[in-house]
Amino acid sequence: MDAFFKNLTRFAAFCVFSILAAILVSLLFHSQLALSKFGFSFLFDPEWNPVTQEFGALVPIYGTLVSSAIAMIIGIPVSFGIALFLTELSPTWLKRPLGTAIETLAAIPSIIYGMWGLFVFAPIFAEYVQPALIAALGPLPIIGALFKGPAMGIGMLTAGIILAIMVIPFITAVMRDVFELVPPLLKESAYGLGATTWEVAWTVVLPYTKIGVVGGIMLGLGRALGETMAVTFVIGNAHRLSASLLAPGNSIASSLANEFTEAVGDIHSSALIELGLILFLITTIVLACSKLLLLQLARQEGVRT
Amino acid sequence: MKSQLVSRIILSAALALGAGAAVQAADITGAGATFPYPIYSKWAEAYRAKTGNGMNYQSIGSGGGIKQIIAKTVDFGASDAPLQAAELEKNGLVQFPMVVGGVVPVYNLEGIKPGAIRLTGAVLADIYLGKITKWNAPAIAALNPNVKLPSQDITVVARSDGSGTTFIFTNYLSKVSAEWKDKAGNNTSVKWLAGVTGKGNEGVAAYVQRLSGSIGYVEYAYAIQNKMSYVMLQNKDGNFVGPDDKTFRAAAANAQWEKAPGFYEILTEQAGKDSWPITGATFILMHKKQDKPENAVVALKFFDWAYENGDKMALDLDYIPMPDNVVKLVKAEWKKIQDASGKPVY
Repeated sequence: MDAFFKNLTRFAAFCVFSILAAILVSLLFHSQLALSKFGFSFLFDPEWNPVTQEFGALVPIYGTLVSSAIAMIIGIPVSFGIALFLTELSPTWLKRPLGTAIETLAAIPSIIYGMWGLFVFAPIFAEYVQPALIAALGPLPIIGALFKGPAMGIGMLTAGIILAIMVIPFITAVMRDVFELVPPLLKESAYGLGATTWEVAWTVVLPYTKIGVVGGIMLGLGRALGETMAVTFVIGNAHRLSASLLAPGNSIASSLANEFTEAVGDIHSSALIELGLILFLITTIVLACSKLLLLQLARQEGVRT
Repeated sequence: MKSQLVSRIILSAALALGAGAAVQAADITGAGATFPYPIYSKWAEAYRAKTGNGMNYQSIGSGGGIKQIIAKTVDFGASDAPLQAAELEKNGLVQFPMVVGGVVPVYNLEGIKPGAIRLTGAVLADIYLGKITKWNAPAIAALNPNVKLPSQDITVVARSDGSGTTFIFTNYLSKVSAEWKDKAGNNTSVKWLAGVTGKGNEGVAAYVQRLSGSIGYVEYAYAIQNKMSYVMLQNKDGNFVGPDDKTFRAAAANAQWEKAPGFYEILTEQAGKDSWPITGATFILMHKKQDKPENAVVALKFFDWAYENGDKMALDLDYIPMPDNVVKLVKAEWKKIQDASGKPVY
């Protein structure tokens, strides 16, 4: 019985490998046409033209990375703040309702975020926030280029903000759980030495929980990179490269969702599958980077006194 | 809109139940364009009530419909973009038009009534090319001297997915603007030069309704159901016309179907003083050589019944039935659909 159970679990574990390998192989196989036709330049070509059958992945790659980066820039500090408040500062009676609220947010299907983004957030954003952004930041050198163009409410920035709202519950939940694992003894000692809450958070809690924190951020980033429906609603789905964050763009996942069922010809389908392959690789690279980062942190462990 | 959605759900549930309850000998299957889905299902429902024969139609999109019929997984395919005669020949297919509909440019401008904006094809193309970016641009103002146009930016909305609607729309733009033909072209999916794109008619409708200052294009039925403001367009004869069954019918009547091999006729920019310039038919595809002639007979009986008895249902749902002379041509074309021995099945 024991041996049977062991083999069963081992089989389940190997299933993961074989599924991963099978996905990779099928992506490679079906994107062959695009791979051989466009080669390496596929990555840097901003063209996406179903009529001339010329495809390049630059716009969706750029859109995926930029919208996820915006989500992280907004999401990480906010999540850190929420988690810190919940574990260190919140009165006990507030902890439970707040925690439940965050978990509920995490359970909302992504399409709801997309619809809310398009129907509620985008019009308000276009009416009040974007004109202010254009007026205030548009004329500035360098940064100004990011905030130009008509205020239409949907675009890269809106997608980034919606993504941030979507990933905050994930990152917060993980951060809160790991912050709660910090032994009270450590924190009490620091407070005893006269440390402020901020100093405790920054020098005691964070170093103690960094693996969990990085893990939580990676979970959020993974969700942001692959998010499809919510992004499709608000990013504008335009295969055009523009410096402005207010302009519409496209992400890999939303290109796939929009175009796959009605792709014009074999090259188009193949190019879309290659986009899927690229997304697969991007997520793998992100995961690998986070592992490396953690290794790096672990190595410094002994050095610090 | 809502009641239609509900009836669609009930209908598809009924279809699914029907298919599950009894495997009827004479159920036929079709797949393809989403644009005619409401009328095909309505016809199917009425036909089943009358004859007991079911028709199961999956609205997976024109491209999908073409793939499915070539792969012979369905009895008929449906596409808004007709196949060229050479392509029909290559795949051994017969093609015929089923109903006519229109594509309508719609806009969202506060305080401006539906049908108050007049555009020419060239101006519409320039808007979609991104050359005209303001509502009060001189080219638009010259066509609308009596309308107080705002100095708002134009947000162009197009389709992100491949679609027969886009095919008809870009076909029109290619006919009226050489620059459009050169830069973007005519296909079910093109490289859009300005604005944003949404998935499906409903996606475009949602964007146009939400984004102030936007212009988009949807199937006529969507414009009506969502009470959207449509544009008056100048047709080939120089008249400004609005989209309705009369102007669609005028465009369909002026087409020269008899001269179009495989019924490859796109009804955009047709002559005639009342013709709506962005009109198009939706097509059925069937194999010439039938492996299952008994299914082909049932399918053709259904289409025959729809041509004869389905006009009112089509008009109720804002589609235009095929004119009688075209139906006659189609029925002659059906003789090409044959069984293994080379005998016409119907």
